[in-house]
Formats: sequence, C-alpha cells, structure tokens
Amino acid sequence: MTTQPKYKNSAAFYDVDGTLIKINIVHTFAYYASRHASLAQSAQRTIKTALSIPMFWAADKLSRKWFNEIFYRSYEGASEDRLVVLAEELFEDVVKPNIYPRARDLIEESRRAGCRQVLLSGALDFTMRPLARYLGVDDLIANQLEFVDSYATGKLKKPFVAGATKADIMRAYAKQHDIDLGESWAYSDSFSDYAMLAVVGHPTACNPDLRLRSMARSYDWPILDLDEAPNRSASRRPQGLAPVRRLRNAPGTGKAD
Amino acid sequence: MRAIRPKTRSHAREHIVTIDNDSAPRIMFYGENFMCEDLPVGTRVIYPKRPMTGVANPKATIRYALNHPEDSEPLHAMLKPGMKVTIAVDDISMPLPIMRTPDVRQLVLEIVCEMLADHGVDDVHIIIALGLHRRMHDWEIKRMVGERIWNEYWPDRLYNHDGCDPDGMVVLGHTPHGEIVEMNRRPAESDLTIYVNLNYVPMNGGSKSMAVGLCGYESLKAHHTPKSIVASNSFMDPPKSALSHSFKRQGELVEKTLKVFHIETVLNNRCFDGPLGFLMKNEDDFTETDRLKFQGMKWALDKLPFAARREIFMRQPAAFELIGCYAGSCEPTHDRTLAKQNEQNCVEVDGPADILLMGIPYISPYNVNSKALNPLLVQVMALGYFYHMYRNQPILRDGGVLILTHPCSDKFDPVHHPSYIEFFNRVLTETTDSYAIEQKYQDELAYNPSYIEMYRRGNAYHGAHPCFMWYWGQRGREKTSRVIVVGADNATVPAIMGWETASSIAEAIAMARGTMGRSAQITMLHHPPYMISDVM
Repeated sequence: MTTQPKYKNSAAFYDVDGTLIKINIVHTFAYYASRHASLAQSAQRTIKTALSIPMFWAADKLSRKWFNEIFYRSYEGASEDRLVVLAEELFEDVVKPNIYPRARDLIEESRRAGCRQVLLSGALDFTMRPLARYLGVDDLIANQLEFVDSYATGKLKKPFVAGATKADIMRAYAKQHDIDLGESWAYSDSFSDYAMLAVVGHPTACNPDLRLRSMARSYDWPILDLDEAPNRSASRRPQGLAPVRRLRNAPGTGKAD
Repeated sequence: MRAIRPKTRSHAREHIVTIDNDSAPRIMFYGENFMCEDLPVGTRVIYPKRPMTGVANPKATIRYALNHPEDSEPLHAMLKPGMKVTIAVDDISMPLPIMRTPDVRQLVLEIVCEMLADHGVDDVHIIIALGLHRRMHDWEIKRMVGERIWNEYWPDRLYNHDGCDPDGMVVLGHTPHGEIVEMNRRPAESDLTIYVNLNYVPMNGGSKSMAVGLCGYESLKAHHTPKSIVASNSFMDPPKSALSHSFKRQGELVEKTLKVFHIETVLNNRCFDGPLGFLMKNEDDFTETDRLKFQGMKWALDKLPFAARREIFMRQPAAFELIGCYAGSCEPTHDRTLAKQNEQNCVEVDGPADILLMGIPYISPYNVNSKALNPLLVQVMALGYFYHMYRNQPILRDGGVLILTHPCSDKFDPVHHPSYIEFFNRVLTETTDSYAIEQKYQDELAYNPSYIEMYRRGNAYHGAHPCFMWYWGQRGREKTSRVIVVGADNATVPAIMGWETASSIAEAIAMARGTMGRSAQITMLHHPPYMISDVM
C-alpha cells in the first residue's frame, strides 16, 4: 500500500554522534591514531589520545567550542589523502557496526513522511560522508578541517558546527531550501544541542543524556530510544520474569532479529 | 474514616442497594487507592451481578465450539494440507485487570495450533491484532500465549500487527458509506483467517475484531470520529451504536473478501479474589476480617509512594473464568457471545440518575503495565467507558452531573503514551473542541514520523490515539451539565479538561444538588468489576 508524503516543506535534522551512532568523534580520532605506518608511531599516538581523554572530557563539559578547538588540534599535520581514504575503512570497521538498530528505520519513516533528511554533525565531514551515503540522506552539514598544501592545520573552518551555531545553520538552511522550521523535526542525544532542538516545531530527544532527558520531560518533548531493538523491551520487564535473551535463545525460538 | 458495619438485608435484588441511616460507608476506587465515605440516605448503589460459575472444562468447551460452530462448517473441515492460515488474536487491553495464567487465549491457541498441525497446515502465522494500540512487549506476549506457542512461533511467526507498515497493509475496498477498509497483508493473502477473541465488553468482538484489530489509521479514522461517538447511544448497546454500525459495514466487506473463522470467548466478572476478594462484596456484608483487610490495605496504601501502590495493583492478576466459547461465522457467533455476556453483566435499573457517582480505578484498556493512568485515560474511563455502560436509556439523564473520584495527577508514561503528552499539553490547552481537533490536529499527530517510529518499533500508542481518546468522551461531555472530580491533587489537569473539583464526595454532591435540586436522584456505580445498567 503506497502512501503519499504528508509534509512538503519540512526537514528532519539529525545530530549524529550518540543520536544515530553509538560512538563519537574521539573514537574516530582514536581510529586514525592507531592506523599509522609504523607500529611505534601508532602506539605513541594511541597512548597520547588515551591520555588526552580527561582533558577532552573536561573541555566538552565547559564548552563544545573549546572542546572542538582543543580536540581538532590533534589532527595537525595529517595528510588529506590519508584521512579521506581511511574514512571509508573507518566507516566499515567502526561506524557501521555502531549505528543504532532503529536509526535507519527512523530516517525511513521521516523520508516517507516527505521530510528532507539532513545530518548536522560536529564531526568531520570526510568521516561522515560514507555514513550519509549509507543512510541515504539528502544533505550533510559537518565540520571541515582546514588544509594547507593538503595537510591539516589542526583548525576548523568556520562556522563551527556546534551548540547554538547549529540553530543558525538550520535557519540558513531552511531559508535556502524553503523549509518551514515550525513543521520540521530535530533529533539529538545531548543537552548541548538544546538550541538545535528548540528551533524546530517537533524536537525529539534520542537516547538522551540525563540533562536532556530531564529537559525533554519538562518541555513535553518525545523521547525516542533507538538503541532498543524491536521485539526486545527489557526496560519494562517486571522483576521475576526470565530475561528476554534467554527466552529468545531457547530451542525453537527461531532466528534473532 | 468511619468503620464499615455489617448489615442484614434482603437478597431479593442484591445488585441494587439503597443507602439508609445505618448503611455502611461505600468504597470507591480512587486511582491507586480507595475512598471510603458515607453516602446520602436514598442514594442508589448499583453492584455487578455475582460472577457466574466458570465452565468445568474450558478446553472441552473450546473444542466443542470449534466442532459445533454457528452457521459455518467445523474448523477441522476447513483445513487442507499446505494451506496458508493466519491466526489473529486480541491484545491484552482486555480483560481488566490482566487475567491469571493460563490466559484463555492461550487455551484457544494451543487447541487451534494443534488442530492445524494435525491437518498438515504448516504455514501458520499468529498476529496480535492490536489495531493502533501499542505493540505488546515480548514478555507480555509470552505470558498471554504460553510457553508452548511462544517457543514454537516467536518471533518469526508470532508478532504484533503493524498498521503503519506500507508494505504490510492492503486496501480491501470501500463500504457503501465510503469508509476505506485496510487490512494486514498476511490475512488478506491467507486461505483462512482464524480470529481468537476475548470478549469483555459488548462493544468488542464480532465485526470489530477483523475491521479494527488488523486495520490501519485510514480505516480507523473513518469511524473514530466525534460525530459517530455522539451518535452512539451507547457503545455497549451495539444496535444503537453508530460506531458499531460502521464496524459492521467494514466487517461485512472483510467477510465478503476473506474467509474468516471467528472464535469468541466470554469471561465472568471475577476481578478480585483471595486477599482482595472483599472488593467484590457489598460493604454491608463485610465480615470483621474484611473490615480489617480493608483498613490495613488503606493504611498501607496511604503510606506508600505512587509507584509502589501501582506495582501492588498491577501484580494482582484477576481470577476470571471462562463462561462461554462460541465459534463460526461472524454475526451468529457474536450474537451468542453478546447474549452470554449480557447475562453476566447487565443489571436492571429503574430509571436514570440525576447525579452519577463513580470511582475511577488504576487501570483502563490503554494502560496495562503502564506507569500511570494519565489524565486523558481518566477522562476516557469516566466519560467514555463508564458513562456508556448502559442500554435502553442513559444511566445518567441528559443534563445530569457526573462525580468521579481520582487524583488526576499530571503523570504520563513516556514510553507507552508519548503523543498523549503533546496532545494534553499543547492541543487541549489550545482547544477542547473535538471537531476542531479532528480537523486541525489529528493528522498532524498521526503522520508525525517520530510517533510512527515509536508505534512501529517501540511500544507507543499510535500518534493519533489521544485524539480518539478525547472523542471517546464527546457524548458524555455533551450530555452532562457538570463533571466534578473529587480528590484531584492539582487544579490544572481538571481545568484543562473542563472539570470542577471538590475536596470530598459530600462537597461534590452539594455542588451537584445546586444544579439538579435537593431531591435529585443520586446513583453510585460500584466498580470494578463493571456492569451494564439496563435502564428501564
């Protein structure tokens, strides 16, 4: 049975890290760090990344903008060719296995409703391109590294895709594509994306952190858990009943979904 | 709180009690708690009939029904090796509270599946016919169908219906009234569909089973309209229900197009037994033990937090028993079901009330295993279900006053009822006019991709479901002059729904008498279990 799209001038904006995929930009960088030509260099970069995690975490808590400035400095000196080529491997090895089970379904529902699909991510554009292609979205808006003579300077091109800037980018995008933001959707997992969520008529918290969950409850925003596979709902299981995993692995239960 | 005293009285019409000077105070559900108050002398209290005795051998009763169907050949005679069969089964929105295991649906399924296997029918799918209700959780399905069926069929051949699956739904056609009839693709392409129904209220079963249980939004919105709700006098009296007429039109098209064998089961009304058995009794008949149990329970409930109270009630499955099972073609089977059901549930009442008093319990068809009975569902229970529990003429006269007891807390379950939250806080604060909501908001909620995702792969009610719930109370809203809620813990929720508040039943009755006069006839419906008033 075919259904007509119900929305014509609407878009759905998705944050990516934590919203559609389980990993974040630190995982991505760690992947690059561990893929150097020499074993010693890979080890050195990996250790350095691991040691930097507390600093990244603290910077992220203070300001997403600071975090970006500090974090992307780690890419300084990397060659553009290498980053782009490894991005395909990164997608297959790291990103694809970590896409939330229901992320593609959500995008499919939204597309069927007639919404334009836009990924709006603070990650680097070349790491997001294979994902955007895989999900079949219409547009990708992500941070871009600055390159000089095909080597990264460790700085991001402006505007930084983060925090309130995401809302500005969405407004500009809406104007450019004749989108009605009041009839549009935004999906994010993080409180830091409050501005992105607040600018649309239908904000939805996806796998939200505690602060966003609390805010979503206060503002009556729907909360969507893309991590919970259909047919398995452990969260509502009354105590005393056998876990689903055991039931599903019982003889004759058929294949897992 | 006054003590409940025993009283000797005649058993001639035990389901109608008139309060006099020495009557015991009456117990009313108040959400996850109780209210126990004296009622004015002359108040008429309507009790359900006593539970009918269950059949001695439920499995034999089911087998007899399958082998001696109404206006149809027996099920075994319809089976051929290699044929494609779909079994559709009602979800757990009924009965209320959930019944003890084995669920009667399990008994039917085990017998039917065994029969299918004996006849070489292997291509069998079992679909939970939930319409636009929430998908049942896996552990709920396992509990309902039993271990054997679960192990054999889950998850490839036992699953929830999905009314929003564009590839899983087909259009069977249109009724003469232009109502579209959508159907789940699997039964539409099957050689035979067997519908396993658990009939708890007269509104359910019959044509509604296939036409609603396996339909999509476009089909449902043809009859779940404020107009058809208002024209239903009442839902529980199918010949006088515009809603039932529409189900019937759609059902007739389904029956013409598909081969369907209906199996309907009827339960008695034994909602509570054991430690809670006293709730089924007339308060005048309470023993010392009953009084102690009630006082102890009330004391504990007063002290416990909301979530704990809710858990206590939700963990008390009911001891319903099978009192009838009928099978065959749609209408003749359903007629026999209704006759049996009315025998259990209909109570003859002399004349309507001016003031109707009812306690709203913790449960409704739409919040089984949910975290709360949200305000919209309180409204549905009061103005939708309980208001409509009559035949012949309304139990509350037109222009009468409805008094209900419930805390009306601003509590919603974000997993089961996400669109209810938006509906209540955004839509209802803009307009409470059902006709305007239908025009302006219903499709917006229905086509919201977030809500569709939550319905299809989460455990949420369909996005438009809260609209239907609001329409459900439309006739009640139009026909009552005032709705007064007793014991609301906030002023906002009742105000949004257009209700007045009172701190006690006495105050509410005084307010109601201000409209209906000092000599107003006051009637209390003693729920649960529910009863249908046959108003003469």
